[in-house]
Amino acid sequence: MTPARRGNLVEAGVLLAAIALPLILEALGEDFYIGFATRLLIFALAATSLNFIVGYGGMVAFGHAAFFGGGAYVVAFLMQAGIFSAWIAWPLAVLAAGVAALAIGALSLRTRGVYFIMITLAFAQMIYYSIVSLQSAGGDDGLPLEQRSTLAPFDLASDTTLYWVALATLAACLIALKRLAHSRYGRALAGLRQNEQRMEALGYPVDRLKLVCFVIGAGVAGLAGALLANQNGMASPTQLYWTQSGMLLVMVILGGVGQRYGGVLGALALLGLEEALGLTTEYAHFYIGLALLAVVLFAPRGLAGLAGLRAR
Amino acid sequence: MGALLEISGLKRHFGGLWAANGVDLAIERGEIHALIGPNGAGKTTLIHLISGALRPDAGRIVFAGADIGQHNMHARVALGITRSYQITQIFPHLPVLENVRLAVQSRRRDWGSSFRMCRPASADFRMLAEAEEWLGRVGLAEAAGQLAADLAHGQQRALELAMALATRPQLLLLDEPMAGMGPEESAHMAALIASLKGAQTILLVEHDMDIVFRLADRISVLVAGRVIVSAAPDVVRNHPDVRRAYLGDEVAP
Repeated sequence: MTPARRGNLVEAGVLLAAIALPLILEALGEDFYIGFATRLLIFALAATSLNFIVGYGGMVAFGHAAFFGGGAYVVAFLMQAGIFSAWIAWPLAVLAAGVAALAIGALSLRTRGVYFIMITLAFAQMIYYSIVSLQSAGGDDGLPLEQRSTLAPFDLASDTTLYWVALATLAACLIALKRLAHSRYGRALAGLRQNEQRMEALGYPVDRLKLVCFVIGAGVAGLAGALLANQNGMASPTQLYWTQSGMLLVMVILGGVGQRYGGVLGALALLGLEEALGLTTEYAHFYIGLALLAVVLFAPRGLAGLAGLRAR
Repeated sequence: MGALLEISGLKRHFGGLWAANGVDLAIERGEIHALIGPNGAGKTTLIHLISGALRPDAGRIVFAGADIGQHNMHARVALGITRSYQITQIFPHLPVLENVRLAVQSRRRDWGSSFRMCRPASADFRMLAEAEEWLGRVGLAEAAGQLAADLAHGQQRALELAMALATRPQLLLLDEPMAGMGPEESAHMAALIASLKGAQTILLVEHDMDIVFRLADRISVLVAGRVIVSAAPDVVRNHPDVRRAYLGDEVAP
């Protein structure tokens, strides 16, 4: 069997297991963990979207929370205005995040390296403070949702359905990511990561290629945010705060920068560790820090690299 | 029809230093035009100004009839000006063939935009075939599957030339293509450039005077940010100003 074929079989197996998971949990009477698993999927989606910007586009962005949290607030605002349909609210969350990224990216992409990190952080914090100071956004308390979005013909009020919707979204994004990586655009990004100057000298509109990558990553983060608002029953300011951006970056680094499953594995590892260590110790973040150090020092391709997964 | 490239009164300063101090230069279609001059004369600055890596403070750059002085680099590539670098600029961790394919992809927008995200790039055999052709032209057909980083220095320079050619420039700017090469590699590169003679307009910056006088149709001498002479090799060789300013007594008549 070729490695590619074996890889496809493993992917199919994992997907089947993931589809069956809530049924198994229900049978075991551990329904509580369906919510946790949904959270995992949503963070996997958000981390994957950041990995697209960092690992595929080569831009270390430190403001991803703005798009992730922003997507959640779009859903909450729309619900306040009486719009409950996910078919309307979620695409608008994607659109809002994308438009914000277009503006932020157009300005930030004039800078490189550390300056890009700082300017994306600054923009994200501006958005955080703007929303927190808005009375209608609930300030520090966030904005609770009256109910979950409606996604006719599916019943999102069911935890299991929300889990499946999150799973389907993540799977679709991972398949799209694979296709994209081998497309003309994906190859151009690969060239950019290695030698931006050369790409410009070959005639590529470097800044525009990067801006498109930034906007796509942000849009997917907006969708993840819309899902998380539904899972949490609210849009919360902590989701917009810079620590959230940091946490997503840690997931990407843990899982593997530029590795297709980097975001997924990173989210699994970080949230899994938090949950597992949280049961036994108050110092969960200390041990997570150690794990991060170990990965940075000994496994530069992250958990995905350790697991020998195909890069893209 | 006028010259392919016409530069007039071009100026660019860095602090108090005028790296280009009123450069006038014309490059005719089809010629190999060498640019020589002592170190610090502003040769690489001029390449930067023509390719779009730098913008001029004053003066005009007219290419094929259009003033391109304020165009950015990728726009100039689209118009037909491609450069190579003194220090090798390739994609080290991509296969040799993919290095050239990216150049083809950039040029052949009619085959598909570089913003297309769905169809695999490798499914377009035309791009691969054209990339292979260019690799063959520079003698790297055998190395197509290797990583560019694994090539010898001379091969990397040849790869860079193939990438530049694959953008099908009307004007090719070569900034010291033999830099850092041994005699054998230099001879190979010189033969490659000679094989382009007549078919490809080239502005060549090079220190090796043997090669310059052998390959060039015309030579311009840049001293302190100005072209002091622009003429056929024989005229330049015997020009008193050039001998005084630059060649000294080293060059035998």
